Amino acid sequence: MARRIRFIEALREGMRQEMERDPSVFIMGEGVGPHGSAFKQTDGLCAQFGEERLRDTPISELAIAGTAVGAAMMGMRPIADLMWIDFSMLAMDQICNQAAKLRYISNGQVKVPLVYRMSTGKSKSNAAHHSGSFYSWFINTPGLKVVLPSTPNDAKGLIISAIRDDDPVIYLEHKLLFNVRGDVPEEPFAIPLGVAEVKREGTDLTIVATGAMVGFSLTAAEALAKEGISVEVIDPRTLMPYDGATILTSVRKTGNLLCVEEGFRYCGFGSEIIAFVVENAMDSLRRPPRQLTTMHTTIPFSPPMEDYVFPNPERVAAAVRALLKSEA
Amino acid sequence: MDNAMKVRLLETMLNIRKAELQLAILYKNGKVPCAAHLYEGQEAIAAGVCAQLRVDDCLTSTHRGHGHCIAKGMPMKEMIAEVCARKTGCCGGKGGTMHLFKPDIGVMGTIGIVGAGIPVATGIALAMKMQKTDRVAVSFFGDGAANNGAFHESLNLASVWKLPVIFVCENNRYATSVAVWRSTSVEKIGDRAASYSIPGVTVDGNCVDEVYAATEAALSRARTGQGPTLIEAVTYRVRGHYEGDDAAYRKQGELTEAREHDPIEYWKQKLIEDGVLREEDFAALAAKAEAEAEEAAAFAVDSPFPAPEEALILTAQI
Repeated sequence: MARRIRFIEALREGMRQEMERDPSVFIMGEGVGPHGSAFKQTDGLCAQFGEERLRDTPISELAIAGTAVGAAMMGMRPIADLMWIDFSMLAMDQICNQAAKLRYISNGQVKVPLVYRMSTGKSKSNAAHHSGSFYSWFINTPGLKVVLPSTPNDAKGLIISAIRDDDPVIYLEHKLLFNVRGDVPEEPFAIPLGVAEVKREGTDLTIVATGAMVGFSLTAAEALAKEGISVEVIDPRTLMPYDGATILTSVRKTGNLLCVEEGFRYCGFGSEIIAFVVENAMDSLRRPPRQLTTMHTTIPFSPPMEDYVFPNPERVAAAVRALLKSEA
Repeated sequence: MDNAMKVRLLETMLNIRKAELQLAILYKNGKVPCAAHLYEGQEAIAAGVCAQLRVDDCLTSTHRGHGHCIAKGMPMKEMIAEVCARKTGCCGGKGGTMHLFKPDIGVMGTIGIVGAGIPVATGIALAMKMQKTDRVAVSFFGDGAANNGAFHESLNLASVWKLPVIFVCENNRYATSVAVWRSTSVEKIGDRAASYSIPGVTVDGNCVDEVYAATEAALSRARTGQGPTLIEAVTYRVRGHYEGDDAAYRKQGELTEAREHDPIEYWKQKLIEDGVLREEDFAALAAKAEAEAEEAAAFAVDSPFPAPEEALILTAQI
């Protein structure tokens, strides 16, 4: 039965139910134990499962990521909490060279079923080392799957799929979404990886948005509807492998595409989606596709500057209007 | 150590040596598509450590990992065919000389990034402990890796969690072209164990009996829940960093001196002195190993390459 709970509760419930179902699932990271994690994602789990399965670690990102690889190869299903996507850079070799590649280079003799959880994106003046959206690096690494839920329901269904998947999955938690509420079934359920969801139907333009940008885009769509502009909002949910078919179907209907994402513009997820659509549905496009991204700069601290560089609902609406006014 | 074990250690060392020398020939003949890192001269370490491991114990290794695979029981054919990029290799040609796997005998991977196998072995040991087994993981790495952050993070974590892992540092005196004395803050890497409150020992890595004894102690600690041990086995890399490296950075006379302290020659003399072996027994063992290596090389060269499109198996596509 569905009830209205917060994103963070849905995520926690998904992890709890998987840990109850499968004794090989465990969580490791800085402060995941009695403290309940940096944003309280694992609050209460240590009391239920004990410190053996809620393993506090030193601040050793490389070792967290690497021991997760080794444990996964031996039949465990580790969830490694790297806390912030910005900190994953300290573990890049283990994530991109080891976790991503060992199944392949061993010719399938080993598998690496693990989840790397990281918080991502803007929150409030977290500045240059705590505001990153670097997921395109992981998208660009064969062997990794990348997930970025935008609702409590998706948070639960996708963490369950990520844990059950036999390959390493990067599971991204947007800091602005932790307290968002939504309907979530109480019983365990899995949302398949690689399946997008149309979050709002429309006929004039397709927005492909991820993470917190989904909510911004829905707000913008609401405002634009009052101007007579009908926007369809698609959330890929899985960024790799992404659901190209759902995006193409939508663009074939609307003829216009705007990608809204929090990562940077160049070689980002938005550029990839535009390239994919141009390669596969150029004939459906009525106007040149565009993207709205975070500006190409180190993230500044001071709120006026920080707000200036990130997308927001007003900017999404403006980008839609500009696109539709551009020459066909 | 009984006599059978003494002979077995010699056999393992000979198998590694002959396989590596075959690979050197295969490389010269253009049968190996990249420059391999050969293990010649370091055989006593792989042999002395792996002889005491069970088949369900696991290891991770390095870019110079052929010897560890053979010592753990990988058939020479599968190793040499993989290094020659053939379909019949242990990874079907997907891995190659720096990525050898055979998990059913505990070869959990030779890993091409220096230091990267250390946390992986630590995680393997974590699983072994959480699964309540008495299995043990071994991480082989070089002196170069001991200066990498992966070493520090892993030894600290393994100590804190008392994991059943043995860290075997093969100090072959060179990290690629940089001598250990130019790059390392301690005289004995084994001393670094003190930083992690675990036992550390430095042994002559060319004396298989010393390696064996150190491993015996480390294994008994690991199997009984007493946690990790660091073993530094000092040896010498008698080949270049890779085949084709002229190693002009060596000190004069260094190589000659190292050749005089050959691990196989040392053990052979010891066994002859102890009356375990006669000169003709040694010749027979060497001939047997050589024949096996030649046969494995012929098998590899006669094997097909994988089909190009096999490259995409195991990779998700959009």
